[in-house]
Amino acid sequence: MSNPTLSFDLLRDVREVLQFPFMVNALEAATIVAVLAAVVGWYMVLRRQSFAGHTLSMMAFPGATGAALAGLPAALGYYLACGAAALAMSATGQSGRRRFATESAAIGTVQATGLALGFLFLSLNSAVLGGMETFLFGNILAVTRGQVLVLLIVALVALSLVAVIARPLLFASVDPEVARARGVPVALLDVGFLLLLGLAVAATSQITGVLLVFTLLVAPPAAAQLITAQPVAGLVLSVAFALAIAWLGLGVAYFSIYPASFFITMFAFGLYVAVRCARWALARHRVA
Amino acid sequence: MFAHDFVRNAYLAGTFIALACGTVGWFVVLRAQVFAGDALSHVAFVGAIAAAVVGLDEVVGIFALTLALAAGMAALGGRARADDVVIGIVFSWILGLGLLLITLLATSASGGSGIATANTLFGSIFSLGGAQARLAAVVGLLSAGVVIAGFRPLLFSTLDPEVASVRGIPVRALGAGFLLLIALVTAESTQAIGALLLLGLLAAPAGAAHRLTSRPYHGIALSALLAVGAMWGGLALSYAIPSIPAGTAVIGLSAGAYAVALLASRRRPAARAA
Repeated sequence: MSNPTLSFDLLRDVREVLQFPFMVNALEAATIVAVLAAVVGWYMVLRRQSFAGHTLSMMAFPGATGAALAGLPAALGYYLACGAAALAMSATGQSGRRRFATESAAIGTVQATGLALGFLFLSLNSAVLGGMETFLFGNILAVTRGQVLVLLIVALVALSLVAVIARPLLFASVDPEVARARGVPVALLDVGFLLLLGLAVAATSQITGVLLVFTLLVAPPAAAQLITAQPVAGLVLSVAFALAIAWLGLGVAYFSIYPASFFITMFAFGLYVAVRCARWALARHRVA
Repeated sequence: MFAHDFVRNAYLAGTFIALACGTVGWFVVLRAQVFAGDALSHVAFVGAIAAAVVGLDEVVGIFALTLALAAGMAALGGRARADDVVIGIVFSWILGLGLLLITLLATSASGGSGIATANTLFGSIFSLGGAQARLAAVVGLLSAGVVIAGFRPLLFSTLDPEVASVRGIPVRALGAGFLLLIALVTAESTQAIGALLLLGLLAAPAGAAHRLTSRPYHGIALSALLAVGAMWGGLALSYAIPSIPAGTAVIGLSAGAYAVALLASRRRPAARAA
């Protein structure tokens, strides 16, 4: 491949990018991941469960190393480990007033236990540690056709589940007490949402890497929620932000020597900071 | 087993690191700042990489970056505690920068950074030298001492920030100072327990103590005791069965203590309501 260079003709650049199958795969994967992460992440940010989301994303590590040890496909390990962690977190969580303080300890314990297990699997397997960085930060350009298909199916399942529980979940997230009084199964939704988040995170982390799942899960929804509190508009905005970040990141990475995940993270951070600054400036403007 | 130098060093460093994690962790859980501690510990990893790129000792990088992030979080979360969304976004941004640094490192250096990465992530307490172990012991003891010395104002400002500030307690300064203290403990512990695992030592013993008693002095003592116990037991276990890494053993025992505490507090619903 000759060194890619940017020309002033944007259309030509896009065409150049799309002539490579690996770039097409990467773009398709990034698109699916962006939509899934933006929708599930919107609820995650609303429910203030970023820490749980981060913990679930770390579970890819015991998942992958455990699967390698057992001789299973890595993807299966991701899903199993995330599911187990989601159940463990719901089991240790408690409802009531003291919920928040002790809950964060429970999540932290689940995370550390999962990582410690992963480390154990890794050392039992005496596998090469060289792949560690790819694993932590992902390599979206290495996504295969088959992975894209699996990703699409998982995303469709997850998004239809979200569509089914969208309204009660919103109610239960915004006002759990009233929702419970109205007969909404809040406890069941809590567990269900964590499992759904686990599903989304397991699918996403295979693409973005364990450490950067967060970027697409948190930043676009957080920026969207700064702009509007309206659910439908917020979700649409969140998806639009995530798509823009993912596409831009991949596009820029193609013309540069640095990895796509790096650019995606930088754009996500830039977006959030820009929205915050804009909001602050607007508020000042109104006061003045 | 104490005939070996490396075991003695591990016990020296481990004991005081566990003591610091147990006492600091008790407040971390009470203040619901586990996520902040988590972010700080992962960022320590980026600090180590940054130091490697610049050519400094990794310890310098770890301390510099964790303390800087703690200062940043204290500045951002001025009114209330730092929002979990803000923590998440800043934290993934720094990890993204870490990714850039890793790329730089891979293209410039020999590329044999895999083992070093694993050591930063998971720690290598059995490979600490004598001087490193003594430094860890001093930092650990100092951190635990600071928590004990500031116990009453810190507790007051955590439980009731409004009343505390009316009473003239510098709530905000205490909050910032406490974040810096978490960063200090995190940075020191990273070398022994690793950036990914030390969260367990911060959260699990403290979480167990909070489940078992709501009395502050008993709680913090219990938390320190559990952390040190998990450390001693874990080191011995890992020494006896070499295929179990020390980090896994220590975190496994801490998590086990948490699980037992959880079951015990479930069976006594009265204690939970109190």
